[in-house]
Amino acid sequence: MTASAHNPYRPELATIQEIIQETPTIRTFRVVLNDEEKMRRFSFQPGQVGQLSVFGVGESTFVINSPPTRKDYLQFSVMRAGEVTQRLHQLSLGDQIGVRAPLGNSFPIEDMKGHNILFVGGGIGMAPLRTLLLYMLDNRQDYGNITVIYGARSPEDLSYGYEFDKWRTSGMDLVLTIDRESPGWKERVGFVPTILAEVAPTPFNRIAITCGPPIMIKFVLAGLKELEYEDHQIITTLERRMKCGIGICGRCNIGTKYVCVDGPVFSYEQLRHMVPEL
Amino acid sequence: MSGTAYITHNELTSALERLSKEMDVWIPVETGDKKWGIQFSKYQPGKAPLLERQSTTLPKKVLFPQVETLLRFCYQKDVEDRSRVTIDLKDLEDMAPAMVFGARPCDVRGFLTFDQVFLNGLHKDPYYAQRREKTLFATLVCETPDSACFCSSVGSGPADQAGSDLWIIPIEGGYLIESLNERGEKLLPKMGKEATQDQIESAQRFQEKAANERVGEGDLTRYVRAFEERFSDKAYWRDMVSKCISCGICTYVCPTCYCFTITDEMKELEGERLRSWDSCMFHQYTQEASGHNPRPTKFERYRNRVGHKFSYFPDKYNGMISCCGCGRCIRSCPVSVDIRQIVRQLKEEAGDCVST
Repeated sequence: MTASAHNPYRPELATIQEIIQETPTIRTFRVVLNDEEKMRRFSFQPGQVGQLSVFGVGESTFVINSPPTRKDYLQFSVMRAGEVTQRLHQLSLGDQIGVRAPLGNSFPIEDMKGHNILFVGGGIGMAPLRTLLLYMLDNRQDYGNITVIYGARSPEDLSYGYEFDKWRTSGMDLVLTIDRESPGWKERVGFVPTILAEVAPTPFNRIAITCGPPIMIKFVLAGLKELEYEDHQIITTLERRMKCGIGICGRCNIGTKYVCVDGPVFSYEQLRHMVPEL
Repeated sequence: MSGTAYITHNELTSALERLSKEMDVWIPVETGDKKWGIQFSKYQPGKAPLLERQSTTLPKKVLFPQVETLLRFCYQKDVEDRSRVTIDLKDLEDMAPAMVFGARPCDVRGFLTFDQVFLNGLHKDPYYAQRREKTLFATLVCETPDSACFCSSVGSGPADQAGSDLWIIPIEGGYLIESLNERGEKLLPKMGKEATQDQIESAQRFQEKAANERVGEGDLTRYVRAFEERFSDKAYWRDMVSKCISCGICTYVCPTCYCFTITDEMKELEGERLRSWDSCMFHQYTQEASGHNPRPTKFERYRNRVGHKFSYFPDKYNGMISCCGCGRCIRSCPVSVDIRQIVRQLKEEAGDCVST
């Protein structure tokens, strides 16, 4: 290493400490950086992402979905979709990966203080919401009432099921929904935007944060507008194919904004001023 | 004029020979039995630079190689615990100092775009930074613009010295080399003996003539808003790029195109993470694993190219256009897409625009 002390392309080596099979296609990895000092000093904000490397296969971007208030490990939930995620799913405990993190911006946790909060998540979109949700539960006194609407195709497709009871007893409303009736299912049935209209949390002093597949986000945004949420009260995260993750390689731009450094968190107000290329 | 040196035509190769003892000297030469046109390659004894015409490809690769190694990695068995596999990781390596001799102002100006993105952003790119620091540019004042050139339309010109360390002016019998900064000054003694007053005056006349030359029609630097207003006019973009075949050559020959991809290559237990030139003209460039593609057809992709150079970049970087008017995209395009025309027509009434 010569010219520069810091190389943003060089990942930190990390060890997989725990693997949780969330759904048939989603696995959660809990990893620790091999360098103990770096792990201790590692700091980030809810919403920031990391690039995970499988050396020899490549890198992909995932949100750090454990909150900064719980630092025993860094957690990433990975949906099997492409080459890198396929390979990540084949790894076992003790295997070595690379981590470049934290990258990107974060949820405006300070601006949200004193507000009621509404989370609307679908499928793997619950991953970034979980970071913020746990952060808020760890700082419960700073936030008003918290409502979570979380949906997936079927009961088997809901991630973090083992935590639901704990979430509920930590002082929040959790509304779960699946797309179609399923034997033994006692919660709601219907698409997320439909359930949002049923639950209809008032926009009064509230911030809504939504993450999920693009089609769900589209209808959730419309639903929130229907409930008279202002543009600045709505926050979402965007996804783009990324390579460098540091605002250089060029592919994740939407007009002048780069999702990797200016995002992934954007307010609906910001989105409306960007070129329509989602 | 600051420090000068005079090199006769006959002495040019021996001057390059002297320089090449200390650094990689990149010169424009005819390649592949003249089949591949003029390209920059490292000086080899006896090889003279071809300075009379603009090079076919540009010296972008000197600071930004077409393929470069970002990391080397190796999987190893832990000596203490044979069931454990560790990874040995190496990154940035030392790069040799270099000089680009005989590029044109437009070729060198392209790196000012690179500097904004690779050096002045939130994260600094150490690979580019090292090469930038170790590379000098001896640039040739341009006297041979052709019909595809439009450097004056984008705020540059045939005598634009931005980004250069040494300046080459053709005069009677050879070249006058002028230093533009301290780095350049240090190399002058290796290049030739000091120029005479007559030679200096003759070079000054040449420089002034080039500086007064206007290459290209009109001003293409004020299209930020016009682009935004046209953004959603799908018919315009479809019409403008209907003939584009998405080959990507416009991006490969472009001095300001810096987009890249990162891929891993591996053989047995060792591998490399490589950075390679990529092109926003390719479908895969923005293709996501989910199947979603925010720029699914060539019109969205070409629109992004125009936007990036003439609207997004100046919007973000204080009016700076990310195009140097070298004209290579126009010259190289197999179906004659002309970016000048597409930019100019942004301001015309919808319906009046015709692609030729």
